[in-house]
Amino acid sequence: MTAYLLKRLAIAVATLVLASMVVFAVLEILPGDPARLMLGMNASADQVELLRNQLGLNAPLPWRYLHWTGGLLSLDFGRSYTYSVPVIDLVRERLAVSLPLALIALALSTVIAIPVGLYSASRRGRAGDTVAMGAAQLGVAVPNFWFALMLIYVFAVWLRLVPAGGFPGWSAGVWPALKSLLLPAVALALPQAAILARVTRSALIEVLNEDYIRTARAKGLPYRAVLWRHALRNAMIPVLTILGLQFAFLLAGTIIIENVFYLPGLGRLVFQAITQRDLIVVESVVMLLVAAVIAVNLLVDLSYAVVDPRLRSRQ
Amino acid sequence: MSLLDIENLSLTIGDTQILTGMELSVAPGEVMGLVGESGSGKSMTALTVMQLLPHAARATGRVSFDGIDILAATEDQMCALRGDDIGMVFQEPMTALNPVKTIGEQVAEGIRWHTRASRAEAEERARKMLDRVGLPSAKFPLSRYPHELSGGQRQRVVIAIACALKPKLLIADEPTTALDVVLQAQILDLLRDLVAESRMGLLLISHDLAVVTEMADRITILRRGEVMEAGDTARTLSEQLHPYTRQLAQASMHVPARTRPHGVGSGQPLLQVEGVTRDYHGRRTSLFKRAPAIRAVDDVSLSMAPGQSVALVGRSGCGKSTLARMILALDRPSSGTIRFRGETITGKSEAELKPARRDMQVVFQDPYGSFDPRQKVEKLVAEPLHVLDKKPTRAERREMVAHALHEVGLDQRDMDKYPHEFSGGQRQRLSIARAIITRPKLVVADEPVSALDVSIRAQILDLFAELNQKLGIAYLFITHDLTVARAITDEVLVMHDGKIVERGKTNEVLDHPQSEAAKALVTAAPDLHRAITRRMQEQG
Repeated sequence: MTAYLLKRLAIAVATLVLASMVVFAVLEILPGDPARLMLGMNASADQVELLRNQLGLNAPLPWRYLHWTGGLLSLDFGRSYTYSVPVIDLVRERLAVSLPLALIALALSTVIAIPVGLYSASRRGRAGDTVAMGAAQLGVAVPNFWFALMLIYVFAVWLRLVPAGGFPGWSAGVWPALKSLLLPAVALALPQAAILARVTRSALIEVLNEDYIRTARAKGLPYRAVLWRHALRNAMIPVLTILGLQFAFLLAGTIIIENVFYLPGLGRLVFQAITQRDLIVVESVVMLLVAAVIAVNLLVDLSYAVVDPRLRSRQ
Repeated sequence: MSLLDIENLSLTIGDTQILTGMELSVAPGEVMGLVGESGSGKSMTALTVMQLLPHAARATGRVSFDGIDILAATEDQMCALRGDDIGMVFQEPMTALNPVKTIGEQVAEGIRWHTRASRAEAEERARKMLDRVGLPSAKFPLSRYPHELSGGQRQRVVIAIACALKPKLLIADEPTTALDVVLQAQILDLLRDLVAESRMGLLLISHDLAVVTEMADRITILRRGEVMEAGDTARTLSEQLHPYTRQLAQASMHVPARTRPHGVGSGQPLLQVEGVTRDYHGRRTSLFKRAPAIRAVDDVSLSMAPGQSVALVGRSGCGKSTLARMILALDRPSSGTIRFRGETITGKSEAELKPARRDMQVVFQDPYGSFDPRQKVEKLVAEPLHVLDKKPTRAERREMVAHALHEVGLDQRDMDKYPHEFSGGQRQRLSIARAIITRPKLVVADEPVSALDVSIRAQILDLFAELNQKLGIAYLFITHDLTVARAITDEVLVMHDGKIVERGKTNEVLDHPQSEAAKALVTAAPDLHRAITRRMQEQG
């Protein structure tokens, strides 16, 4: 178990280091000089040079990489070129929107998908299964921003249950804040839930053909108990894998969804920072997202070992 | 009064008729043996009693258990019976347990469900039951997972699950078919004791007449869903009144006619194995430590003459398959050398091995798993031809495949079919055709008949004997089944814990085994003659 854990941890750290190099390199290669962008087109070459020195843009590449990663480790992400405030403050503020959004969406998609998958698998080929899987197929096919617009139209414009966009801030109270995150979370969650439901169904159907399911039935357990106690846990490995992968898609999805709903989240921050060549913000946010995805996948790896005892005893 | 009464049971699944007018009864404390070849409807009979049939199945007739009409019972009533009054043990112990739950949980689960006992009480009863089936708490705590147990140990857990609540009826569907003979004898003893202890009725399903004869008081012989004969075991099998009963009994004792194969013992040995050892890395116990290496094959030497037929027998896990893999150059020995036709094959590259590969082929146990289902027979049987120096043309290839099919008793038109169009026995013929197409000097056969029904097994053994004579092929039969060894080999090697512990003429070794390992195998091996004689003596 310890060996498995250490190995997974080492892989996660190595991935993170590699990712930081790639992020740094890509942004170095991209054209566009942040100093020139900050000073405007009329600035003289001397002024630009001075600012470049101030920003540390003229230092040698390896030094700048180490300086940047060292800063990341001590949570000092540098100052934003455009906002002239520490990046960490920007990120912290935006994270308060994006993190709850992603978590609610992840929870929603799991809560919807697993019961639907269980239902479909236990009635394979019957009407209920066909309807559920038809809906899932639709959910996979429909883009989430279009779905978001439909949600706004129905729940905000028509029924007036929730705001159509914007975020009042957590200072306005938990409920109003949650209410404004509800539609975006649903829009993010449903396509993911559709995929997850299909995976859950097929994993369960495979497991239900296993011999040990028959053993469990021969013990006298009713079908439902067999499904929940024996089949579900064995079907969890592929489901967890997809869940881990989906987290990355959820983060990417927030960029679009936050723009549709005018939410001041990380997604919008990174979108704006890219258009304004605010390299330091882009680097920091991308690294943060990368770290989040790696952390989630590490969690998934560890949960494999919790679910499957065979992984614990194997090297 | 009978515990289980099946009267005029007919069963269809979709459009297929599985059982027709089936009759069977089991009394308390009685062992009823249900015998038949694969597809005869044995397992479906068991699943009908359990009401665990596939959705498309329709049963008519009468099945009554302890006064309850099973066919009319609701699912709730069945759930109350299953695991409580009727227990069931399945064929494949490796997959019958849930891999993510401990054995304690799995045994206790049924107890808790039926008796509403607390977790602690149920675990205590589970503990007692595991002790009873021979898994003592010191070595097998409740917290063990199935993957930490061997096949025989897992089957004990399955039996513990089935018998935890002292059922009135136990259905055991081929409970020992996947186990080696020594384990088989242990499991059968256990079942016998459990029956005697609590006057439990046992419905023992098997394709193995010898096993059933040793165990059953009465026997029912099933063929294509119909009962051929039923009655007292000793009488039914000694008189063999029904032609099908006779056919089954003869097939299970069949010995192919073999004249002395030509050229045995003359000239240069075909295969020489000298001091071969194979170590496997121990499991990593932490980042820097490994458990000591496992020695699968330990300093084995043997020699085979051209055209000779040799059996390599031993219990599962004794290293016989590892040795075979090294002889086939599919695995490298840790030390020692293997010479084939005088040339060393250990440590050679794939290109250098080509001539040797041409002259040695293999037949595996499972005729279902060893073919790609999406390829036609022509391509499958022609597979080994890539080791020929000159690539045959398409016409030549078809010619060779047709010839090989003819030699194994199949039609040359079969080459355009797919594997699923053949029965199990025909598929094993295909594996043999594939093995002989390059005209090899040596065929290694790993349990080649243990997945086959007795009558088909007899035919395949005949085929092996015939090819041995006609083509002068030498065989190395790897098996735990002594009947096969006796039927078709001249010499036998007994392997135990990686070592060859005894060798000699097959009949001498099997009749007068010297080593402990050989004695254990011989005593445990079911033997129809012996079983019938013993039954007759018991009944006077």
